[in-house]
Amino acid sequence: MEFNQIMIIMISAIFVNNFVLSRFLGLCPYFGVSKKMDSAIGMGFAVTFVLTMAVLVIHPVNLYILTPLGLDKFLQIIVFIFVIASFVQLVEILLKKFSKGLYHALGIYLPLITTNCAILGAAFIVVQENMSYVEGLVFAVSAGLGFTLALIMMAGVREKLEMADIPKAFVDLPISFITAALMSLAMFGFLGIV
Amino acid sequence: MSNKHSNWFEFVKGIAKENPVFIAALGLCPTLAVTTQTINGLAMGVAVIFVLFFANMFVSLLRKFIPSTVRIPAYIMIIASFVTLVSLFLQAFAPDINRALGIFIPLIVVNCVILGRAEAFASKNTVSKSLVDALGMGIGFTLALTLIGLIRELSGSATITLQFAGLGKIFNFGQPILDDPNIVNVTTLIQNPAVVMIMPPGGFLVMGILLGIFQNSQNRKAEREKKRKQELAKAAKAKANTQS
Repeated sequence: MEFNQIMIIMISAIFVNNFVLSRFLGLCPYFGVSKKMDSAIGMGFAVTFVLTMAVLVIHPVNLYILTPLGLDKFLQIIVFIFVIASFVQLVEILLKKFSKGLYHALGIYLPLITTNCAILGAAFIVVQENMSYVEGLVFAVSAGLGFTLALIMMAGVREKLEMADIPKAFVDLPISFITAALMSLAMFGFLGIV
Repeated sequence: MSNKHSNWFEFVKGIAKENPVFIAALGLCPTLAVTTQTINGLAMGVAVIFVLFFANMFVSLLRKFIPSTVRIPAYIMIIASFVTLVSLFLQAFAPDINRALGIFIPLIVVNCVILGRAEAFASKNTVSKSLVDALGMGIGFTLALTLIGLIRELSGSATITLQFAGLGKIFNFGQPILDDPNIVNVTTLIQNPAVVMIMPPGGFLVMGILLGIFQNSQNRKAEREKKRKQELAKAAKAKANTQS
């Protein structure tokens, strides 16, 4: 695969089709964990890690087990979510055993990640768009980075919003949505790059 | 605690008081992603009602048999089976809706409304209560999605699409479009629709404003409650004073 193809996938997944701001995937953690900068960074990298690993496992499972057996229409959803749930569990156990520091940093976010639609969504996008293994991996890493970028931007704004004088009706969640609308509008500027 | 409430209460709470979208802010991804047309929001809502109904039923039936350590994977497996049913049904009978909803059909599996109800309600309550709860929550979710879809479609493309599997019509409120039997030209209410409303930013904006309206009404209700309590306390104090 050529280098410029990789760049196209990366820029498309990070900016143009940002997972949060234009595909609407992973909104629950986006608004749930973006109140503080450190937790936003932790969540972002935890999602990127699990996203990459999930695509790494799901892609061959779909290609070499489900499709040859003709089960991809019936079992895709169940198998994908099963792989993700068991993978998250595995990561949690391994981190607990081998890296106490990382476990304390990411531990509380891991159970939340199973039900994060960004992970399952990425798996389905990779499968539905018939990406090759390398393309899928690049897509997964950049989708995770795009998610992290959006999360960190949001956390930065929300930390400032705490001090701002907002009408009482719009405090917290409503104003965050309107902020997200403006960010999403800004992402429109990248439309047409790829 | 929930045993005290009547079935009617469990049904109504999902629609207004504990609306999953506007009050609890759950299931946000499908809420914003599919509501570019009214019918998409409605179809998504109906799919969620179906899955929620059967997931709640089975979780509630099996609540004494599922060990609590593996309950989340077990719930997800139950939910995933019903989502597969919905997905296959839509692929067969409503391909255009299936295309419009895209990956958000399989993503019903990770919709927090369904897992949240299974965990918070169905795993602790009887089957009949869980079914009523599922219907109420599902209808609340559907109403919310339809409302957002209606606002976004009307302001973004000046139409209201109520067309499912070839049935129904598209109501047009913009510039009249002739020569299409599916389109009903109502009046020219909106000359230049704001296309941004059916794009991602419009979704965030509409949701933010609706959440603000709901938060405002909640704030007011809380204030009224507080005032009433203060008055009651004052009255009780005055009574005590006169007696002594």
